[in-house]
Amino acid sequence: MDKVTYITGRLLQMIPTVIVITVLVFLIVRLIPGDPAVTYLGIRATPEKIADLNARWGLDKPIYVQFGLFVVNIFKGDLGESLISRIPVIDLIKMRLPLTLFMAAYAAIIAVLCAVPLSLVAAMNKDKFIDQVIRAVFVTILSTPGFFIGILLLIVFSVKLQLFPVGGVGATFTAKLRDLFLPSLTLGLGLMAVLTRNLRDGIIGILRSEHVVFAHAKGLSERLIMLRHVLRNAMVSGLTILGIYMSWLVGGAVIIETVFALPGIGYTMVQAILGRDYPTVQALTLVFGILVSLIYLITDVVYSFLDPRVSL
Amino acid sequence: MTVAALPEQNKLVTRKSRWMSLTRLWKRNPAIILGIILVTAIIFLAIFGPSLVPYDPIAQNYKVRLQPPSSQFIFGTDKFGRDIFSRIMTGFRIDLQIGIVCVIFPFIFGIFIGLISGYYGGFLDNLLMRIVDISVSFPFYVLVIAILAILGRGVLNMYVALIMVGWIAYAKIIRGEVLVAKNMEYVLAARALGYSNGRILLNHLLPNIISPAIIFAMSDVIMCIMEGSSLGFLGLGVQAPAPEWGVMIADGREFITQAPWLSIFPGLAIALVGISFSMLGDGLSSLLRPTDR
Repeated sequence: MDKVTYITGRLLQMIPTVIVITVLVFLIVRLIPGDPAVTYLGIRATPEKIADLNARWGLDKPIYVQFGLFVVNIFKGDLGESLISRIPVIDLIKMRLPLTLFMAAYAAIIAVLCAVPLSLVAAMNKDKFIDQVIRAVFVTILSTPGFFIGILLLIVFSVKLQLFPVGGVGATFTAKLRDLFLPSLTLGLGLMAVLTRNLRDGIIGILRSEHVVFAHAKGLSERLIMLRHVLRNAMVSGLTILGIYMSWLVGGAVIIETVFALPGIGYTMVQAILGRDYPTVQALTLVFGILVSLIYLITDVVYSFLDPRVSL
Repeated sequence: MTVAALPEQNKLVTRKSRWMSLTRLWKRNPAIILGIILVTAIIFLAIFGPSLVPYDPIAQNYKVRLQPPSSQFIFGTDKFGRDIFSRIMTGFRIDLQIGIVCVIFPFIFGIFIGLISGYYGGFLDNLLMRIVDISVSFPFYVLVIAILAILGRGVLNMYVALIMVGWIAYAKIIRGEVLVAKNMEYVLAARALGYSNGRILLNHLLPNIISPAIIFAMSDVIMCIMEGSSLGFLGLGVQAPAPEWGVMIADGREFITQAPWLSIFPGLAIALVGISFSMLGDGLSSLLRPTDR
């Protein structure tokens, strides 16, 4: 099957998911008890003002018309206005989404860069001391909540050693790399643990397989066998995990951004729900939903290029 | 003669390996013994911890604010002069309760739905698969927070939100197992004997396919405790002044430079519970699936 058909098919598969996400997100605000106009106006609320605002937001119309308006507005890029900062939510997202994406990508890179050598070491020393140590460390990491690991890193590296800032982030790329290192490391540790375990098991399986035995028999160098025959095959299954856990990273940002006081969309979402800022909660849920669907799409497409056996 | 003797012998071997003496179990599977000891200790603390504490976990005492760990307050005190040790001991009950409630209800409900959906197929199965699709389209915390936005924050709603999301995984696991098992000979035989569907599901299928769900439940306890404390940390779950560990870590965050023990001890408590349950879970999974080791 050629790639164009595959990618088109995969794109079409995404449509029902996105529709359901949109309906659910639309329902969030409608299901919340209380009148959003009253919340928005606060102490300035008068019956006329409330009626006026409801008319402006289309809340006096039947529910299906409201849904139609909601969808049309999404396409126009109008996601409502934040009740806390009183600016259009779309501007808020434009300001804060890049930080979250940067952190998620940074976390994934840190996780992969550490997981590959660690899994190689663990696989080549299967069941020996170093393998047990790596496993024990990662079990501990997976059994400890991310926000606590984040706070420990803050205490050690920011407060005691003063290598990193306690919060906030600089403007330039290099400043970002430094300031976001601890949060991204915290975010990536869970992925690193899962990836290392998976790659280790994959490598052990591949080392036993016939084509590797044959490569040894041909007298190829250990290094070449590892890189060309073992690691490349192991990476294919690693990529699927990476795809699944990218959504984990994006979601984990909700907590890690709060720990490190970073103004990404995760932190914004927590602030929005604490401040009953429902238009923001609604818009961010939509953004997260679409983001995750996109990540799955990209993973599947990349995977289809890496593994020629994949079809829809 | 030999043919007749063979199954008898096999039976003996399996019985022997299943009921290993305690020392042999310790040698082959130390994780499960350690896990059982630690989890028992944790359950003991959850039951009796609140009555063993030296101080009231909530009463404020401004004379002893932010004391470092000492012989009087072994884990120090917080900004209200509350004894951290007493709060952590009381917290065992709260956090374990989150872990248990948010696993038991999804476990039962998810298995029920998974069994029916996998066995009968049709509309319910389609519906379940769509729910699974949607639930994986959102990051976990975003889904839970969106549900909490509708319900309002607080302990009870946190339970509802975690249960609403939690059952899906169990339904998915059991459904997959049923799809494989329902065409196996023992199920077909039961059907041929004319047993009712209910009897086949509960007496024949369930005991054979429940292990993956039990193994998952073990790691789910840890995940639920971590999720519960994370929501407490964010201020969306258990509310202050209750001595929930996540809430305590959040309280300590503003004093992280002067009084890091405020956050460290509750965090270690979570880690202790997490590691204990994962040892039990690992041990259990290698016991239930001996080929997987």
